[in-house]
Amino acid sequence: MSDLGELYQSVILDHNRAPRNCRRMDDADCQAEGYNPLCGDRLKVWLKLDDAGVITDVSFEGIGCAISQASASLMTTSVKGRTREEALALFDCFHDLVAGDQPPPAGGAALGKLAVFSGVREYPSRVKCASLAWHALRSALESGASV
Amino acid sequence: MPATELRRRAAPPARHDVAAVRRDFPILGTMTGGKPLVYLDSAATAQKPQAVIDAVTRFYETGNANIHRGVYRLSEAATAVYEAVRRQIATLINAAAPREIIFTRGTTESINLVAQSYARPRLAAGDEIVLTAMEHHSNIVPWQLAAAATGARIRVAPVTDVGELDLGAFARLLGERTRLVAVAHTSNALGTINPVREIVGLAHERGIPVLVDAAQALPHGTVDVRALGCDFLAFSSHKMFGPTGVGVLYGREALLDAMPPWQGGGDMIAAVTFEQSTWAELPAKFEAGTPNIAGVVGLGAAVDYLGTLDRTAVAAHEAELLACATERVAAVGGVRIVGTAAHKAPVLSFVMEGVHPHDIATILDADGVCVRAGHHCAQPLMQRLGVAATARASFALYSDRSDVDALVASLGRVRTVLGR
Repeated sequence: MSDLGELYQSVILDHNRAPRNCRRMDDADCQAEGYNPLCGDRLKVWLKLDDAGVITDVSFEGIGCAISQASASLMTTSVKGRTREEALALFDCFHDLVAGDQPPPAGGAALGKLAVFSGVREYPSRVKCASLAWHALRSALESGASV
Repeated sequence: MPATELRRRAAPPARHDVAAVRRDFPILGTMTGGKPLVYLDSAATAQKPQAVIDAVTRFYETGNANIHRGVYRLSEAATAVYEAVRRQIATLINAAAPREIIFTRGTTESINLVAQSYARPRLAAGDEIVLTAMEHHSNIVPWQLAAAATGARIRVAPVTDVGELDLGAFARLLGERTRLVAVAHTSNALGTINPVREIVGLAHERGIPVLVDAAQALPHGTVDVRALGCDFLAFSSHKMFGPTGVGVLYGREALLDAMPPWQGGGDMIAAVTFEQSTWAELPAKFEAGTPNIAGVVGLGAAVDYLGTLDRTAVAAHEAELLACATERVAAVGGVRIVGTAAHKAPVLSFVMEGVHPHDIATILDADGVCVRAGHHCAQPLMQRLGVAATARASFALYSDRSDVDALVASLGRVRTVLGR
């Protein structure tokens, strides 16, 4: 059992207490809902993209544990200003970080602050909490691709 | 008055020797993550006494053979043991005959059997099945499947804010089109014990059969199907200290007799040709394929084990523990108890303001304390009570004050860990 501090790092606690971009968006270009059937948690993600495919605004709303709230909050701050392709690539990096069977990738630089979620992989039941917002993001981007 | 009776009256009520019982459960002496195990998830699955573990091992070591077909002694002995457990279960729940006892994989399969074999052929468009708002998904979804296939609909009896069934509203739901009532004896999420006898009485006044989901009842007390008057009763071995993968369906013989088989295969037929097969008699008609024989043997050992305990003393112990845990957990900052029915099994659901139950469970786990967090497979109930999820501590006959101490101490750390 790893130390709880590995999971509940201060950045995570901070984003849980004061989540960024936690609001509805009525004029979004695309949106998607993430649902975790294990715990019943639901989370909605809204996106605005410009003509070049750059995410100009992103927000979320929903209920969930500290890990899922902080992850949603950090997801929004990480993908804002990135292109759809960059955001999808970041999804893959994040997924490898929390759920990969390989040791966390050395190229952690791409992840930036998201590296605080490295402790999650020690808690298999919490992986879905951490990736819920990211799955919603991907669905929104993929559904939005055809708009 | 005979002297023996006088002595019996004078004797103080037996106390449940929980310390001795704990020694019967080897897992309770183990560590998890470097901390002594504090197991408070018995409503999910109960731990197993050494007697059950030994019975399963012994069966595989010295008794294993397939049942109902061998002519050699080993197979005949296995058949005898398997059928002896059927009689044991019939006695345990006071069924009229062992052939009213069907072995299944668990409560879920027992309910599905009734939904598919009893309800589905009898349902027509517009017919109704009445459930309660506190059902486990396994007592909702099988009926939805039967309803979807027939055009029948599900009606749901409401629960009150404290988590009790609204019996008046339930009675008003019963009507001309009601074909079946399916109700939990004891709620897995809240611990509420339903007035099953009254429920059955109300339904039977209108000629409506009743299925009782007793998965959470058997671990905490005795169930008498003829006293309850129910038509079907479903429960699982693993929640009553037996192995996983075995369950029981009790059905009144007349009903089971009139039902077609649910699954086809070996052991459930009288004769097979490619043109037509004829069904075996009860209970074999509903036991297609090789069952979980060792699991049934283990269930028998669990029933034997329960038979060595004074169940009244156990119930008193559990009630005392629940009262103590309720008071102490409610006193932890920000905690609210969810489900405060007057009659409860030792199940304590709660929420903590500003903290998600998943975080509670993870933080408690670091202290070796195992609780369940989530919707407890009762999403409609959670919705009714206005919570997304709860944390749930559930107790069993081996739980004691030290478990409550560990729970309360660990809960006190949750807010600190989360920096709240």
